[in-house]
Amino acid sequence: MASNGIRDRVAIVGMGCTSFGEHWDRGASDLLVDAAGEALTSAGIELRHVDAFWLGTLFSGQSGLTLSRPLKIDYKPVSRLENYCATGSEAFRNACYAVASGAYDVAMAIGVEKLKDSGYSGLPNTRSAGDGTAAAMTAPAMFSLLAPAYAKKYGIEAGQLKDVMTRIAWKNHRNGALNPRAQFRKEVPKETIACSPLVAGPLGIFDCSGVSDGSAAAIIVRAEDARRYTDKPLYVKALSFVAGPAAGPIDPDYDYTTFPEVIASAADAYAQAGIKDARQELAMAEVHDCFTPTELVLMEDLGFSARGTAWKDVLAGTFDLDGELAVNPDGGLKSFGHPIGASGLRMLFECWLQLRGEAGKRQIASVGRGRKLALTHNLGGAPGECVSFVGVVGSEPSA
Amino acid sequence: MRGIVGYGAYLPYGRLERKAIAEALGSPAGPGTRAVASYDEDTTSLGVEAGRAALRGAGVVPQALYFATSDPAYLDKTNATAIHAALDLPASAFAVDVVGSVRSAVGAMRAARDARTPALAVLSDIRTGLPGGADERDGGDGAAAFLFADDAPDARVVAEPVAAASATAEFLDRWRLPGEPASRHWEERFGEHAYVPLGESALAEALKQAGVTAPGLARLIVAGPHGRAVKRVAAAAGAKKEAVADDLAATVGNAGAAHAGLMFAGALDQAQADDLIAVVSLADGADASVWRVTAAPRRPAGVSARLAGGARVSYPTFLAWRGFLKREPPRRPDPQPPEAPAARRSEAWKFAFTGSRCQACGARHLPPQRVCVKCHAVDRMAPERLADVPATIATFTVDRLAFSPSPPMVVAVLDFEGGGRFQSEMTDVDPSAVKIGDRVGMTFRRIVTAGGVHNYFWKARPLHGQ
Repeated sequence: MASNGIRDRVAIVGMGCTSFGEHWDRGASDLLVDAAGEALTSAGIELRHVDAFWLGTLFSGQSGLTLSRPLKIDYKPVSRLENYCATGSEAFRNACYAVASGAYDVAMAIGVEKLKDSGYSGLPNTRSAGDGTAAAMTAPAMFSLLAPAYAKKYGIEAGQLKDVMTRIAWKNHRNGALNPRAQFRKEVPKETIACSPLVAGPLGIFDCSGVSDGSAAAIIVRAEDARRYTDKPLYVKALSFVAGPAAGPIDPDYDYTTFPEVIASAADAYAQAGIKDARQELAMAEVHDCFTPTELVLMEDLGFSARGTAWKDVLAGTFDLDGELAVNPDGGLKSFGHPIGASGLRMLFECWLQLRGEAGKRQIASVGRGRKLALTHNLGGAPGECVSFVGVVGSEPSA
Repeated sequence: MRGIVGYGAYLPYGRLERKAIAEALGSPAGPGTRAVASYDEDTTSLGVEAGRAALRGAGVVPQALYFATSDPAYLDKTNATAIHAALDLPASAFAVDVVGSVRSAVGAMRAARDARTPALAVLSDIRTGLPGGADERDGGDGAAAFLFADDAPDARVVAEPVAAASATAEFLDRWRLPGEPASRHWEERFGEHAYVPLGESALAEALKQAGVTAPGLARLIVAGPHGRAVKRVAAAAGAKKEAVADDLAATVGNAGAAHAGLMFAGALDQAQADDLIAVVSLADGADASVWRVTAAPRRPAGVSARLAGGARVSYPTFLAWRGFLKREPPRRPDPQPPEAPAARRSEAWKFAFTGSRCQACGARHLPPQRVCVKCHAVDRMAPERLADVPATIATFTVDRLAFSPSPPMVVAVLDFEGGGRFQSEMTDVDPSAVKIGDRVGMTFRRIVTAGGVHNYFWKARPLHGQ
């Protein structure tokens, strides 16, 4: 029993991504029509050429009708799914498997979330109160549990950790400033980030990803068919998804400085893709920077930094756009906000642009020097109890 | 011989300085402080804490629980059942409310005293008046509990009832219509006129039954909502001056249905063997009782140590907690009420803080699990109550975005001594003082009231070196 992977069996031949932000004048249906249309155009096909659809959304609709109704899909299979914040990546993963299985020739993975209609700060509640015994803390509070635990374990002063968190937010906003599709397209001074009003623990408002609307889509075909659609397809190297036993909140052995689910899915993905040293082999990584301590810990869990050293790498600029390994070159959740169903596919869209050399001012130099692999990562839930997705795509089939 | 085999008292953490009222409203206010139940406390949760204290180390399990308060959290639903559940009493134990007035406390004590089985009387109250009024200023919040049983080797009677007498009368001194935020009262001198002879007569009769005279009392406790009448009855009783108990006005305030119980617990803490203690309650009549303290070892309630409280509560905070000052809620979804079937299924967890221990590997689980997080054994769990087990903070946060009746919400990851972890809300805590490694204990609280439902559960509070 193992994860066998489908390395190089399917490819992405077209993608679309709306701008992310406060789309007061566009509903979820509008965003779906826009992202799907851009993806179809990108692949040079029409809607009727798509054989099956996977729609990821957490809050913005139920059932395949959420997609088939606005797109007027004629009697084709449309699956709607959610898997917390990995929802968009899950739509992509399942669409890839459907094509790899031979069941369909052409599949669309599309994700959408319309968060700004709720009127709330942060995400709406998804759970009922049940027996009323779970602490009703917010997402930033759950992820802020990482900060004091990490600082304590590695002997970092609180102020120093805040500098690290600030550096992460600053870097992602700096990248987002170069991205016309981002929600926030301005650099933010470190002082502004560091002094922003506190939300939870040491997390200020600038340590939290925004709340936005958006949609993104990908067209997936068998690898051998890819060049019929584009000269520059992206080959799917790895797809790994794990759900943990949610042991952290009940197991004293969990220390709130790591996501075991991410370690497991990264190991699986690297095995599928044949990656030995992610930091040396990847051109870029889009990771789930829902909150700045999350990105810090992810650098270690994804194997980019040795345990307990990510904070030094962050301060050294290792993950900057022009650093050793660009992390969140598009600006990340920090600049895009986090429309749940769309985020995973939005990350993939940046891989699509970067590996094809189409990222403009954000173009990563290492692609030109021959790095051909890009990673996307999502996690959903909270420290100690989450789901994690790690995917790897590449611009060339393996030798 | 049947009598008191255990007792306990609970005073909330917060104290309001009376001068803070004066400063805010420009009205006169006396010296000292009053005890303030936190935003997450009600008479039921205060009662649970007093009940826990009374049962701690008790060698007997109550088969009846009588809960008295003037301020029940629910009407048309028994509140004593929540206390029964939180104290983890057996289903066979009776539980009933005796509520609505200060005199209810006398009823609960008599019912527990006269029961044929071990019985617990829980006396609890939260006293509030309109801003600027005497009830707000002079009231106090707290609870006391007394466990009655026959003398036995593992449940020794520490105080034995020797006499009781009553004088009942119908007159309007203090009253409140259901749902009203504050009581009304008649002219003070009228109540004094009505109460004093009733008090004197009940005390005289009780002393006569007991065969003692007032100077023979080691302690005289007079309590009741009418301050002037209480003082006059105490002064005129003929007891030795040093025997008249401190009325706790300077520290706690008048805790209504709990007040006589709090004073009695304080007196028991300090009593010597063979002391005689008289308790007079002036509430819609007068009820007097006389108790003889035995030589059996007592587990003190620590009333005097609790008088000072832990933290000052500002007057605006007090008003917000009491519902007189409505704060802007965060831009977040409204809190949801617990679901009745889910709450019933997890009664042992939600109310008694009972987790489970894996019988295959020994791992503790909070909340109880069917599958062991460590060894994955299925359905090998035994229930284990952790309400009295201290814990250490592994990590924590201060959530300034979450809805809380008194933001910010403090949440800590707790590792319990002997195993087990739980993410718990904290209370009675300074958000800026929380540290990894701090020790905490669990306390029963009303987390929130949503949709007309009180959501009771446990929170962690700092042990402050305990």
